[in-house]
Amino acid sequence: MSILIDRNTRVMTQGITGKTGQFHTKMGKEYANGKNCYVAGVTPKKGGQSFEGIPIFETVREAKEKTGATVSVIYVPPPYAAAAIDEAVDAGLELVICITEGIPVRDMIRTRYRMQGKKTILVGPNCPGVITPDEIKIGIMPGHIHKQGPVGVVSRSGTLTYEAVGQLMEQGLGQSTCVGIGGDPVNGLKHLDVLKLFNDDPRTEAVVMVGEIGGTNEEEAARWVKANMRKPVVGFIAGVTAPPGKRMGHAGAIISGGKGTAAEKLEVMEACGIKVTRNPAEMGKLLKSVLR
Amino acid sequence: MKIHEYQGKEILRKYGVATPRGFPCFSVDEAVEAARKLGGRAWVVKAQIHAGGRGKGGGVKLATSLAEVKSHAGAILGMQLKTHQTGPGGQKVRRLLIEEGADIKKELYLGMVVDRGSQRVVLMASSEGGMDIEEVAAKSPEKIHRVTIEPDTGLNDRDAEDIARRIGIPQRALPQARDLLKALYRAFDETDASLAEINPLILTGDEHVLALDAKMNFDDNALFRHPEIVAMRDLDEEDPAEIEASKFDLSYISLDGDIGCLVNGAGLAMATMDIIKLYGGSPANFLDVGGGASAEKVTEAFKIMLRNPDLKAILVNIFGGIMKCDVIAEGVVAAAREVSLKVPLVVRLEGTNVDLGKKILAESGLPIITGSNMADAAQKVVAATKHK
Repeated sequence: MSILIDRNTRVMTQGITGKTGQFHTKMGKEYANGKNCYVAGVTPKKGGQSFEGIPIFETVREAKEKTGATVSVIYVPPPYAAAAIDEAVDAGLELVICITEGIPVRDMIRTRYRMQGKKTILVGPNCPGVITPDEIKIGIMPGHIHKQGPVGVVSRSGTLTYEAVGQLMEQGLGQSTCVGIGGDPVNGLKHLDVLKLFNDDPRTEAVVMVGEIGGTNEEEAARWVKANMRKPVVGFIAGVTAPPGKRMGHAGAIISGGKGTAAEKLEVMEACGIKVTRNPAEMGKLLKSVLR
Repeated sequence: MKIHEYQGKEILRKYGVATPRGFPCFSVDEAVEAARKLGGRAWVVKAQIHAGGRGKGGGVKLATSLAEVKSHAGAILGMQLKTHQTGPGGQKVRRLLIEEGADIKKELYLGMVVDRGSQRVVLMASSEGGMDIEEVAAKSPEKIHRVTIEPDTGLNDRDAEDIARRIGIPQRALPQARDLLKALYRAFDETDASLAEINPLILTGDEHVLALDAKMNFDDNALFRHPEIVAMRDLDEEDPAEIEASKFDLSYISLDGDIGCLVNGAGLAMATMDIIKLYGGSPANFLDVGGGASAEKVTEAFKIMLRNPDLKAILVNIFGGIMKCDVIAEGVVAAAREVSLKVPLVVRLEGTNVDLGKKILAESGLPIITGSNMADAAQKVVAATKHK
């Protein structure tokens, strides 16, 4: 088992004719069961064409009807990306993974508002995507650094997630699913939502939760862990040294009004029974120490 | 992106928010001329810098004669204004706002931000204006009122009037306050603002509401559709290193340490700063070269880091995903040669094509110190700064 995606997932790429969309669709297709998983692409005015044997459709709805794809991954440029999410939601897809970085917050507020009461789950935007190792990879993470195993990973960052995975591999630990929820302030799944999924996933035995400064998502997740989580969780928060009021690369990584500091998050996480490390080189070792 | 108070007021006025009359000025003569044009018997001379806390730092003065306008303008213009937001060096004042004096009966607070929890724009208002809202939040949180704004309807009449009443706006001024609040939301929404703050909003002796200050920040991701706001950018208020970096699409922030960091990815870049600190060093910067760094970009990144006279060593920390380690290694070698690097350089590579990358570093003949993992690299770079 795994969460969100597995070998049976059927996925379409929105923005398949762009350079980024093409590159990562090809990489995804070449990874594990990807050949069977990547079944459609969507680019307006390019319907009827194909890419690497994958048929391209005008609309998400048409791609869904013709191929049975229920998941989409979005590589559409920032000015149009929120509209691409809207289209996938309106077509009733189960899961939308939005990789695009740089979407205006105002657009995401409207998109999230439209999503209320809809069944579609959103991961991202501004995220590396989701991978269930040795089954399927949807996103921009390097597939070869992963292998299947008992550890769930959830993170707001891209390369810091790879770092966590690399450290797990050094300890001989594979991953059930790795979810990059993205670095934007207004997004889809939060740490808390992903932890709930890991809690109910039989393959996942423990979770690495990687957070960063800004917002209060990590604190909310920690409180939920204390009350509900049946599996050990370890954590790291990036940005102990970040100065307040500065946007540290990610739009969401900003300490504002004295809120959202790493120290505050680590304190709440520890108080809620999450084993935390202040050393980003020790995430793997720490996880190993809590495995039963 | 940040703008000046006078620019914020220009935007707000367009949407119907009442402000005192005033003119931006770049010289003492302009300031006196502005006061003359405004007329009246009292003027406020206000330093225009992007940081808050200007009043406490001596950057806002009341004048009751043109001679006083002249002396205040002369004192403030060109001063290094130090506030709790500028850092110890302060910020040089290059622009002034000369405004007509206002008859202040009561000072109130208005703020608008994007709330991550509700994923909506939230209006915050308080009867306690004129001081730091963080201070009010800490001392008397019950005095801060909030309205969550639905994106489809905007701020409605009922919510606007309700919050105006709760911060003590008298009946007579309610319609005007309601319209001001709605105008503030429209301005926020239509300009893709990330923050709008009016502190203080005042109630005048004749019971009108007036925005005495205006602070607006904008979503960098949305600037592509607001050339009119990009035109308001004041490069004098920004760190030259950060401006230079933004030209090459590098995300760079200056810090006060001595170890330069070059990392791919924002989260890993922050973690790299953290681990340097953990091992007793101090990062000189945050630098995310992004997912698709070319050799040219890496070279530019090195040049920007090396502008810092305090720099004692550089740590490159790359976890290659899409970005291949051999490409980065070539970039690092080329950069080190081009800038004829004098400070110790520690490189840690991991991920795609890592062996090829390490080989390029080893065969370069350059005195590059390699780190086997993040901890090893951080310890080595900290040691390199201590031994010199």
